[in-house]
Amino acid sequence: MINRIVALGRVSLDALEALGRSAIFLVQAFIGIPRAEGFRLWLQQMHFVGVLSLPIILVSGLFIGMVIALQGYVVLVGFGADEALGQMVALSLLRELAPVVTALLFAGRAGSALTAEIGLMKATEQLTSMEMIGVDPMRRVVAPRLWAGFVSLPVLTVFFSVVGIYGGYLVGVDWLGVYAGSFWSNMQSSVNFVNDILNGMVKSVIFGLVVTWIAVFQGYDLVPTSEGISRATTRTVVYGSLAVLGLDFVLTALMFGEFG
Amino acid sequence: MKRSKWIEGGVGLFVLAGFLGLVFLGLQVSGLTPSRADQTFTLYANFSNIGGLKARSKVTMAGVTVGRITSIELDPKWYEGRVTMQIDEDLEGKLSQDTTAAILTSGLLGEQYIGLSTGGDPETLKDGDTIRDTQQALVLEELIQQFVSSMGKD
Amino acid sequence: MTDSILVDVKGLKFSRSGREIFSGVDLRVQRGKITAIMGPSGTGKTTLLKLIGGQLTPEAGQVHIAGQDVHRLSRKALFRMRRCMGMLFQSGALFSDLSVFENVAFPLRVHTDLPESMIRDLVLIKLQAVGLRGARHLMPAELSGGMTRRVALARAIALDPDLIMYDEPFVGQDPISMGVLVQLIRNLNQALNMTAIVVSHDIKETLTIADYVYVISDGKVMAHGTPQSLNAEADPRVSQFVHGKPDGPVPFHYPAANFYDDILAGRGQQR
Repeated sequence: MINRIVALGRVSLDALEALGRSAIFLVQAFIGIPRAEGFRLWLQQMHFVGVLSLPIILVSGLFIGMVIALQGYVVLVGFGADEALGQMVALSLLRELAPVVTALLFAGRAGSALTAEIGLMKATEQLTSMEMIGVDPMRRVVAPRLWAGFVSLPVLTVFFSVVGIYGGYLVGVDWLGVYAGSFWSNMQSSVNFVNDILNGMVKSVIFGLVVTWIAVFQGYDLVPTSEGISRATTRTVVYGSLAVLGLDFVLTALMFGEFG
Repeated sequence: MKRSKWIEGGVGLFVLAGFLGLVFLGLQVSGLTPSRADQTFTLYANFSNIGGLKARSKVTMAGVTVGRITSIELDPKWYEGRVTMQIDEDLEGKLSQDTTAAILTSGLLGEQYIGLSTGGDPETLKDGDTIRDTQQALVLEELIQQFVSSMGKD
Repeated sequence: MTDSILVDVKGLKFSRSGREIFSGVDLRVQRGKITAIMGPSGTGKTTLLKLIGGQLTPEAGQVHIAGQDVHRLSRKALFRMRRCMGMLFQSGALFSDLSVFENVAFPLRVHTDLPESMIRDLVLIKLQAVGLRGARHLMPAELSGGMTRRVALARAIALDPDLIMYDEPFVGQDPISMGVLVQLIRNLNQALNMTAIVVSHDIKETLTIADYVYVISDGKVMAHGTPQSLNAEADPRVSQFVHGKPDGPVPFHYPAANFYDDILAGRGQQR
């Protein structure tokens, strides 16, 4: 019994220590704001993290928009309110689905790749050798990746929303025959720029920070063996997704709580 | 060198397209018109019951959106709901003093909004004026109650 | 006398996850000489290099390089000092996203403001020294193990460091590239007067190039001296290591119960 309590204590202390380490890590990485050549590194990472994530984001956005339109139509037509399809698609995408699904896909696509890449650099002593050459890997390796993830997730979220709304339009207007004018005008009268679009963006900025933070920290902190890399990659996806879903609840409660 | 040009171009396009997407969302999806924000004038209206009206609900005239509600509070003197509206500047000096404001509902279950209809008075409403002639929101429970009591009389 | 000593390690103690790796190591590296640190695998030789390079902090003891206490320096001063140090890692540790040329140019670009044409000349000189000038456009993934290590060597000497540390330079090399590396290390030392620390357990190669040898075992310096004196060393532990005998004071068997008893005990259980 006492052993179990001791074990619990040890686990908690370890978790707390990792949390502290990762917080220090985040501060260090953010202080390493790029110099002139840092911009080039950031650009490369933007390409790797942002541009190369585009296909998966565009395809999933399109399909999710189409599915919402289909499902929504079936429900709304029962009330004779199929005109409200536009606002339903737009609001569910802008407020919830675009930030959350994009962040989840991002954790799977870019987050795991970042962890594996940094982990491999650690396992092959590239980080150590960088330090011996007199270059801080925080500045050179971690900071550009963190900034790239932080910036590119909101951009990807915009893409997701736009493509999703277009997908909803395709299904709703072109296929199911909702009148295009009321599709757009209902959407416009119910969507508010600050409350819906900007709040969704704020969410995705926070998700971008948290997911990339988890990814680079897991990569930097892992046990430098092939097993360690595969475990850290899994942890990135699991922790990243859980953090996104949990934070989404908190943020939604803060932003839209007044309507509850 | 060629590869890095590709990367730079790709990232540039990526960010630019992101901005365009945001603009699209703003204009096409939320119906935001940048010029409208500062070119408005303020009108007030008191309602004995505002029903489900909310801040940011639209204000229409003949079905066309001409403004937004910015705030709703209780008027402590008359115990009425005092609604503040921002109306497009084009209409300043064109709405007569006896303009009426009614709380309407879009569809059976839709959101509530304010509909304005102008009268014949040559005097016009100016910035900061209050609309006197108002029609309160239809409250479904009251309607049913009236219906039931009128049934009882027959 | 003190002036001729570049690296001075005193009473170094270090342990990792409860296991003591060094319990008081003293060693001195003379300027312009090749000093070898040898010992059976698992004695923490790589850890020693990391302690000297200031990547790990010891529990007790000091490391002085050119009179400066490595572990008392600020982070900035430490990074400045590392410009005068080169290190060749066991795996080469080339940056996998940069070409051979860019790998060698990396320290130059980071630490100097030289114009591009001069960087190009310097990189080509270094690559020529390791015989890989023709491979400058290749990516690290396209190189063989021996070539990787030679490129890493070119990168380590890019800034003409005062001190260069070799971590197991001969491990996993075929005889030809081993010979090439031995020759390169010796040439660098003689031509450029670079001080070198070689960590290795390849006795034959190491003894041919080293000026002075430390043998580390069980967290302590077991023996030190010139290669000749070590060859003649009477201590059975040293002679076992230096001459590569399979059994001796360092036993062939992991500690276990008596073999005969163990076998009999197993039989007893079966029945």
